[in-house]
Amino acid sequence: MRFKYLEPQTIDEAVSLLFTYQDRAKVIAGGTDLLNQIRLKRTKPEYVVDICYLPDLEYIKYDAAGQLSIGALTTIRSLELSKELKGRHPVLAQAASLLGSMAIRNVGTLGGNLCHASPSAETAPALIALGAGVKVVGPAGERTVELEKFFTGPGQTALQRGELLLEIQVPPLPPGTKGVYLKHSSRGTVNPALVGVAAIVAMDGKRCREIKLALGAVASTPMRAKKAEEILRGEEIDDALVEKAAQAASDESRPITDVRASADYRKEMVKVFTRYAFRNAIVH
Amino acid sequence: MKQGITLKVNGIVEEVYIEPWWTLSRVLREELGLVGTKEGCGNGFCGSCTVLIDGKAVKSCLYLAMKARGKAIMTIEGLQGKDGGLHPLQEAFVEHFAVQCGYCTAGMIMAAKAMLDEGTDRSEEELRIGLGGNVCRCTGYAKIVEAISACAKEMGEGR
Repeated sequence: MRFKYLEPQTIDEAVSLLFTYQDRAKVIAGGTDLLNQIRLKRTKPEYVVDICYLPDLEYIKYDAAGQLSIGALTTIRSLELSKELKGRHPVLAQAASLLGSMAIRNVGTLGGNLCHASPSAETAPALIALGAGVKVVGPAGERTVELEKFFTGPGQTALQRGELLLEIQVPPLPPGTKGVYLKHSSRGTVNPALVGVAAIVAMDGKRCREIKLALGAVASTPMRAKKAEEILRGEEIDDALVEKAAQAASDESRPITDVRASADYRKEMVKVFTRYAFRNAIVH
Repeated sequence: MKQGITLKVNGIVEEVYIEPWWTLSRVLREELGLVGTKEGCGNGFCGSCTVLIDGKAVKSCLYLAMKARGKAIMTIEGLQGKDGGLHPLQEAFVEHFAVQCGYCTAGMIMAAKAMLDEGTDRSEEELRIGLGGNVCRCTGYAKIVEAISACAKEMGEGR
């Protein structure tokens, strides 16, 4: 490990450094992910740009319309413990509580979890299912990107030269909507998900009014399970239909075989956990 | 190029000259001689390097020492009881034979301290979840959990 450590004090300064050094620079927030990547020799930045000295990037707040905004430097632990989040977007607090160990959650940030763009990024499926977007800033100013389109491959995002993620924006959850995130992994929460499933569901009696399903760790990026959603959306729900949707989610997932699990096992578990997630969401 | 920084460790302000990529675990052990903090995996999975920063448990192997400037760092060496002797958690570990090879012990105790500082009313399951990031390769978990449970109970009763 060997790099120059830069501590910009303003967002403009950070953007300018990232623009100048491009691929030679990496952003550090908590560092739990980046330092690991450097140690494992998966990345070798010449410059590490610490954004923790930028002002006002750590907050969880709701506006009058109920839209949630989360600063990029907000720790995973703050999300897990936020009473307001637990009350209004509990699925996100729940997903946060399943990310790594307490000592990692104390340091790791939401912005970092998303920008590292691991296919198993623990907060991604819940945020995608919630329809979240991210606000980024770059040399040309600010823009927002749908989170679903933010991930472009393992470790790859839609961030362009000089761009920095500032805020995660989540629309209000419509009344009567429930959400669940389930994580399947070895060693409890500590290891990354083998399969993660987020389900956001609104029911009218037995009919499924609206549904979003998002999967983690089973494709090159976190993904929506749109075919499974279509099977359930607007329909009267029975066991056979849930089974059909779970199978569809499994079919549209594209997992790989790695040290943690085989692709076949992951596909099977997508089916199982999609079923669990949907059932949990409708009984909650 | 090395640069001089000050770190507040166990209440003492220390001046160290470090490279910016040095982790806190390295600086604690190799610059300050505080070798109670162990480094096991170096990847944030084993928890033996756990220290407290501003009261929160942190894996010091994945934490740049530069980031610890201006913060209060506590290592196992900084723990003590009311009378200056062993901290109740350390006493409980001795009492309940919760130490085998000892490599995980400092990390276990610091993670447990962070948890009990937030509240002593903990079920065994909560304690086990809280210790999820700390590995004991002697597999001595039963004794460790016993020790922490007993200590939590005593602290809760204000003893």
